[in-house]
Amino acid sequence: MSVKSIGPYNFPAKDVRENFPAPLLFIGWEDHLMFAAPICLPLPPDTPFGALGAAVLPGTYGSHPDFARIDWSAVEWTKSGKPWKPDPAKSLAENGLQHKDVIRFRAPGLSGLNGSCN
Amino acid sequence: MDTPVIKKKLGLKDRYAAMTRDLAWDTTYQPMEKVFPYDKYEGIKIHDWDKWEDPFRLTMDAYWKYQGEKEKKLYAVIEAFAQNNGQLGVTDARYINALKLFLTGVTPLEYYAYRGFAHAGRQFTGAGARVACQMQSIDELRHYQTETHALSHYNKYFNGLHSPQHMFDRVWYLSVPKSFFEDAYTGGPFEFLTAVSFSFEYVLTNLLFVPFMSGAAHNGDMSTVTFGFSAQSDESRHMTLGIECIKFMLEQDPDNVPIVQGWIDKWFWRGYRLLTIVAMMQDYMLPKRVMSWRESWEMYVEENGEALFKDLARYGIRKPKGWIQACEGKDHISHQAWATFYQYNGAAPFHTWIPKEEEMAWLSEKYPETFDSLYKPRWDHWRKEAAEGRRFYNMTLPMLCTTCQVPMLFTELGDATKIAYRESDYLGNKYHCCSDHCKEIFDNEPEKYIQSWLPVQQIYQGNCFKPGTDPTAEGFDPLLAVLDYYHLNFGSDNFDFETSEDKKNFAAWNGENAEGAAK
Repeated sequence: MSVKSIGPYNFPAKDVRENFPAPLLFIGWEDHLMFAAPICLPLPPDTPFGALGAAVLPGTYGSHPDFARIDWSAVEWTKSGKPWKPDPAKSLAENGLQHKDVIRFRAPGLSGLNGSCN
Repeated sequence: MDTPVIKKKLGLKDRYAAMTRDLAWDTTYQPMEKVFPYDKYEGIKIHDWDKWEDPFRLTMDAYWKYQGEKEKKLYAVIEAFAQNNGQLGVTDARYINALKLFLTGVTPLEYYAYRGFAHAGRQFTGAGARVACQMQSIDELRHYQTETHALSHYNKYFNGLHSPQHMFDRVWYLSVPKSFFEDAYTGGPFEFLTAVSFSFEYVLTNLLFVPFMSGAAHNGDMSTVTFGFSAQSDESRHMTLGIECIKFMLEQDPDNVPIVQGWIDKWFWRGYRLLTIVAMMQDYMLPKRVMSWRESWEMYVEENGEALFKDLARYGIRKPKGWIQACEGKDHISHQAWATFYQYNGAAPFHTWIPKEEEMAWLSEKYPETFDSLYKPRWDHWRKEAAEGRRFYNMTLPMLCTTCQVPMLFTELGDATKIAYRESDYLGNKYHCCSDHCKEIFDNEPEKYIQSWLPVQQIYQGNCFKPGTDPTAEGFDPLLAVLDYYHLNFGSDNFDFETSEDKKNFAAWNGENAEGAAK
C-alpha cells in the first residue's frame, strides 16, 4: 500500500546513511531489561567488532553486576533476530554490518538481577 | 392607533437550520469538487450530505453564551487558587511533575487539534460537518488557553514549566505526541476525524482526562480539576462528533467500510501508544493514587469498548487489530515507561524517583502477576545503588520505533522478558518498529514514515544544537549542548526528585525540612 494524497507525494528519507557522520548500529542486551531499550550508536565502519565488548559497551552496560562476568568468546549474537557469528578481529563493515542494522547479544548463564531478566 | 408589530420568532429547530446549513451554498463560479477537493481523495464515498446528523445542535450565539459562562467560573477559581497560594496545598511536590508532563505533552496537542479541526471545518463539502468541526476547533483553542493559564501559576514556583511550546518541538519524548498529531492532521479530513474524534476522543479520551483530573482532585489541585471539568463538558460534544462521523461514513457506502476499518486499526494503536505516558503518570507520579492504570483500562476500554464494537458490528466493523496486545499491555506499560524516564531523566524537564516502600506494596497488590517478578527487582537494585551514591542514569541514547517514536521498550505478547523488535526494508533502507502494529502502519504508508523526525537520529545528525554551536571546540559536550537546545535548565529542571530544588522549596514553604518533618 502507499500514501493516498492530493498530489505527487515524494519526500526524502530523513535517516539515510549520508546524513550521519558514521553508520548507526542498534545494539540490545538480551535478558537485561533494566536497560529500558536497545541503544543506538554511530560507529565508524572500520571499528573492530571485538571493540564493542572491550571499549564501546562498558560505557552503557558496565554498571550492571553481570557485565564484568561476560565471557565474550561464548556470547551468542543475532542480527535482525537471526543467529549470527561475527569475527571479533574483523571490522564492523567486514562483518557485513550496514547502516541501521540491529544486533543483539546473549551471554549464556547471565539472565539479569537474580535471574529476573532485569 | 399603530398596529402592533408581531415579531416573528423562529422555533429552535428552524433557528438551528437557519444559522448552520442555511448559511451554506453551492458554488457556481467554480465547480464544487474544485472548491472542496480534500474530502474525495481518501476514497470515502458520500452520496448525500443531508444525511449527516449534526451532533452539537448548537448555534454560534448559544455557543458563545455557554462558553462565556464556563470561562467566568473557571477564571474565578484560578484567581482564587492563586490568591490563596493553592500550590502549597497539594499533597507533595512530586505531584507537580504530573502537571509538567501534562503541560509539555498534552496542552500543545490541544493547539494541534484546533488547527486540525479548522482545516476539516473548511474542507468538508457538507455544511453540517463543517459547522461541527469549526465549533470544535474553537473549543480546542479554548482548552489550549485555559490549560496554559491554569498551569502558568505553577510556573512561578516550580521548575520545568517554563518553555512547553519550545520543548514540544524539540525534546525527545515529546516527539511521541507531536508525531501522533502531525500524522493525523496530514491525513485527509475523514482520516483526521476517525483518528482524533473517534479513536482518540470516543474510544480513549476517558483514559486521558479521568486519571489527570481525578488525580488532581485527590492531590489537592483544585485549579487543574476546574479546567478539567470545563474542558470535559466540551469533550462530550466531541465524542458525539466522533461516533456520528464513523456512522455517517459507514452508512453512506459499503466501500467505505474497509477504509474506515483500516483507520480504526491504525489510530487505536497510535492512541494506545501515546497513552503510555498517562499510564505511568497514574501508577507512579500521583502521591495519592486514584486507581491503577490496569483498573482504568478495564473500566474505560475493555468494558465500554466491548459494547461499542458490538454496536458497530452491524456495519461490518470489528475490534481494532492490536486490541489483544493493548489489553495485555495493561499489566506492563506503566512500569516499563517509568523505568525509562527514571534512567533517561537527565534529558527530561521533570523529576523522577524510586517509589516509596508503601507505593511498591500498592503496585504489588495492583499488579499481582507482573510487578514482583518483572519490575520490582530493578527498583530494589536501583534503590540500593542510589543509597550508595550511584543513582542509575543511562547515558546512551535509545533506539526508537519509527512509527510511534517511543524508545523500543515494549515487550513481546506473552513474554515480557523479551523486547519486541520488528524490521522493514524500504528502498534499500532499514526501518525498525516496536510492534506488529507499528510495523503495519509503517508498511502501509512508508513514504510518510521515512520522514519521521526521530530525536535520537536528529541528535546524531547534529541537528539538535543551537545555531553557532561548534562541535569541534575543545571540551564540547554533545549532551549538554542538546539540553541547551531544549531550553532545559540543567540541574534544576532534570534529575531525581530527591535532590531537586522543587523538593527543597516545597518543604521550606510548608515549614518542614526536606524529609517532611516539621522544623
